[in-house]
Amino acid sequence: MPAIQSPGTEEIHPDVALVARAKEGDAAAFEQLVRQYERQIFRVAQHITQNREDAEDITQDAFLKAYEKLDQFQGNSKFSTWLVRIAVNESLMRLRKRKTSKTVSMDEDVQTDEGSIPRDFAEWRPNPEQIYGQNELGDILRKTIQGLPAGFRTVFTLRDIENLSTEETAEALGLSVPAVKSRLLRARLQLRERLSRYFRQNKKEGQPA
Amino acid sequence: MTCTDFLSQLTDYFDGQISPELLEEVRAHTASCHHCEVVLDTTRKTISVYRDHEVYEVSTEFRERLHAAIMKRCTEKGKLGCR
Repeated sequence: MPAIQSPGTEEIHPDVALVARAKEGDAAAFEQLVRQYERQIFRVAQHITQNREDAEDITQDAFLKAYEKLDQFQGNSKFSTWLVRIAVNESLMRLRKRKTSKTVSMDEDVQTDEGSIPRDFAEWRPNPEQIYGQNELGDILRKTIQGLPAGFRTVFTLRDIENLSTEETAEALGLSVPAVKSRLLRARLQLRERLSRYFRQNKKEGQPA
Repeated sequence: MTCTDFLSQLTDYFDGQISPELLEEVRAHTASCHHCEVVLDTTRKTISVYRDHEVYEVSTEFRERLHAAIMKRCTEKGKLGCR
């Protein structure tokens, strides 16, 4: 269990120096930041939009936008959180434009507890990694998170996959801390329920129960 | 602690932000309720399976395109010192 961090004992993040150099016109410093965060930004965009082409566009736009607005970055938050926030905004905007998506707002799709109440109580033994190979497991994980409402998917991605703190997630999404916590709980429970079809004990390989 | 109470503590439990008293109650509850014990274990595995597997990878072609686009913009703007 992670220890609770005490505020006020923060070390200076190495990004601070890179950002300062980039602001002064050091292209190599900015490129270094891109290299550091391109995977994370792409993952976030892909998880939210569920579309590779969109995720690539968003990643590129997010870095270009960050470059344009570098002077506005005050350093009140981590550079990576600031970048993630840009990418999340671009991703949600992209989703809204897509006619097929009905759940695009961070405020929607949170009215119901449907799917968040545990119904499957089978144990997962052996562990998922022991049942499935890498590729098959990847397919299951992609398919499963895809079915989650966008608001839940986004919170789960930032908090559990990208390991942002609850506060950073709240900041990136413009949500309150309690709202992040409530969405996170439901996202985790819904994913658990859906994954259980594949991972539950005694399940025959390749066939969801 | 009821099963509903247990669920309401789950996020704080995983985030390590639960008080020692409540942690004790969660432990006592899962020791006596098999369903909640399973929910706890499988939710933990849900988080770790996503955290441990890179579900989406950046392609090399895209990475090259991205870096080219950034350097192009920096040349246009002349803001950053370009190579």
